[in-house]
Amino acid sequence: MTDRFLVGRRLFVSAMAAGVTLAMAGVSLAQDATRVAAIWTVPVEQQWASRLHLALVAADERGDIDYVYSENITNTDYERVMREYAEQGVELIIGEAFGVEQPARAVASEYPEVSFLMGSSLPPAEPNFATFDNFIHEPSYLTGIVAGMKTETNMIGMVGGYAIPEVNRLMNAFMAGAQSVNPDVRFSVSFINSWYDPPKAKEAAFAMVDAGADILYAERFGVSDAAKERGILAIGNVIDTAADYPGTILASALWHGEPMIEKAIEDVKAGAFTASDYGIYAFMEYGGGSVIIDETLAGPEAVAAANAKEEEILAKTFTVEIDDSEPASSQ
Amino acid sequence: MDVVFDILSSANFWAAAIRIATPLIFGVLGALICERAGVLNLGIEGIFVAGAMAGWMAVFLGAGLWGGVLIAAVAGGLFGLLHAFLTVILGLSQHVSGIGITLLATSASYFTYRTALPNVTTPPRIVPFQPVSIPGLSDIPFVGPALFQQTPMTFLALLLVGALALVLYRTPLGLAIRAVGDNPASVEAQGLSVTGLRVGAVVLGSALMALGGAFLTMSAFDAFFFGMVNGRGWICIALVVFASWQPGKALLGALLFGAFDAFQIRLQAQIGQVVPGQVFLMMPYLLSIVALILVARRADYPRALLQPWTKGQRH
Repeated sequence: MTDRFLVGRRLFVSAMAAGVTLAMAGVSLAQDATRVAAIWTVPVEQQWASRLHLALVAADERGDIDYVYSENITNTDYERVMREYAEQGVELIIGEAFGVEQPARAVASEYPEVSFLMGSSLPPAEPNFATFDNFIHEPSYLTGIVAGMKTETNMIGMVGGYAIPEVNRLMNAFMAGAQSVNPDVRFSVSFINSWYDPPKAKEAAFAMVDAGADILYAERFGVSDAAKERGILAIGNVIDTAADYPGTILASALWHGEPMIEKAIEDVKAGAFTASDYGIYAFMEYGGGSVIIDETLAGPEAVAAANAKEEEILAKTFTVEIDDSEPASSQ
Repeated sequence: MDVVFDILSSANFWAAAIRIATPLIFGVLGALICERAGVLNLGIEGIFVAGAMAGWMAVFLGAGLWGGVLIAAVAGGLFGLLHAFLTVILGLSQHVSGIGITLLATSASYFTYRTALPNVTTPPRIVPFQPVSIPGLSDIPFVGPALFQQTPMTFLALLLVGALALVLYRTPLGLAIRAVGDNPASVEAQGLSVTGLRVGAVVLGSALMALGGAFLTMSAFDAFFFGMVNGRGWICIALVVFASWQPGKALLGALLFGAFDAFQIRLQAQIGQVVPGQVFLMMPYLLSIVALILVARRADYPRALLQPWTKGQRH
């Protein structure tokens, strides 16, 4: 019900907007706008989805696209929603195929005229199924440098949702960054097997603080809350939550959906959309990933070290390794 | 074994166990009242969500924290009323109605949330209940930090255990509720209303379930997330059996589950490199199943559980 309501309302609002534009300008702008639909398995507030959702909303407001979306779609319902949008003549469908890798590819192959850009752990599929993921291992490495230099107990606690490649990759990069500046640093890692259970993430974080961690890697909502309550520092991930936790967020590895979304829209408009890996647009060189450091909390030394490494990454003299294996607590 | 001892002997571990147990205490008491009156309420998972959303939303819109608790209870009670109408008055399948209530309450909660807040990007927050610190008592070694890191809702939950036990076993009303779940004909013979008692019990039980949800958004955390109830309601359904439908044992079961969960979190963080994390995540559920197997032999079901009642009917 929820998704239908939203689609309906969104379309209604878009229709109203289009109507007003038509009346004012006297020309049809709607034909220039690419029709884009997004299908999210989570609410659009979720960190990961929100990065793309906001980029799409911005493109919609610029008039580049006509954006509709459905949120909270279960994996069992995912194919149906894909088909519905494809049947409606949407040109570009964006979503997440992590739980429906094969079915999503099957649907895409039935609608060759539609372009699909899906978050996926597997390679793209010809002719129209492109993939992406939030490859922000580079900024994650940089936050690791800051954390590694700042920890006094040499113990960093990390709470993740599920141990899947997307999560593991960022955690491993973070750990590698911390170890590069502090060989004595130890990690305490746990997964809560849920994307969306902040009370549980908070409990897992408390357990790490009890075990001596003085910096928490906040992969999920709830971890920074624990850090703030216990008066220690946290490392943000994907989104910038510093304003919600004053004095707590030491550094964050941010993901920006804009470069990829803009490239995809451009490709669709130019008829150049191919079944390729759009994940690279999350790399720092494309502006899809960035690091933000609280300079008062981190101090000049850590900031300088992170900045120096960032230069190396951008100059391609240093490459952050992509490691998708499941991270584990230090011995 | 040192690791295990270190974990169990820390006050913070027990504080975490009580915190994790609190929503379960509300939920299991609620389910217990319903089932004692003969009605299985599988709407619990959805009622948790409704309570979590309603309580949080009320506070977000300006109500006081206790006002939010009350509104959560009312929201839960309303879904309870619907369940009671379907199962007690119409005598429909309690399983089907309960699952339906869960689906309805979950979707309705998110629908309300999204309608009220269409354009938020990160979930808005409220100022939740803060831990109660009582000078003197908080300084008692071990017990002090374990108990007085808790928020007022935890104390409410503990209080309710005693209150419910008192009502069930020491008052005529409690006797009537127990009788209506065991032998409704005897209640009818007493001149009491079977329907009235059952509807009342389901509404009250559902209100308590909603408080379990409200604890999540108003004490354990400060924002509402879709899916944050994450199966806690279903655990309560198992805990009621574990508790043999007795409030004291219900408290014990909830605390045991909380302790298992707090334990696995700590163990995973400390020796996670030896055993895969999923094993730890399984642990509370696995131990609950083992505990159920051990107690289920002696399980003393309310005799009229799942049986609809028609006035004047003879069995």
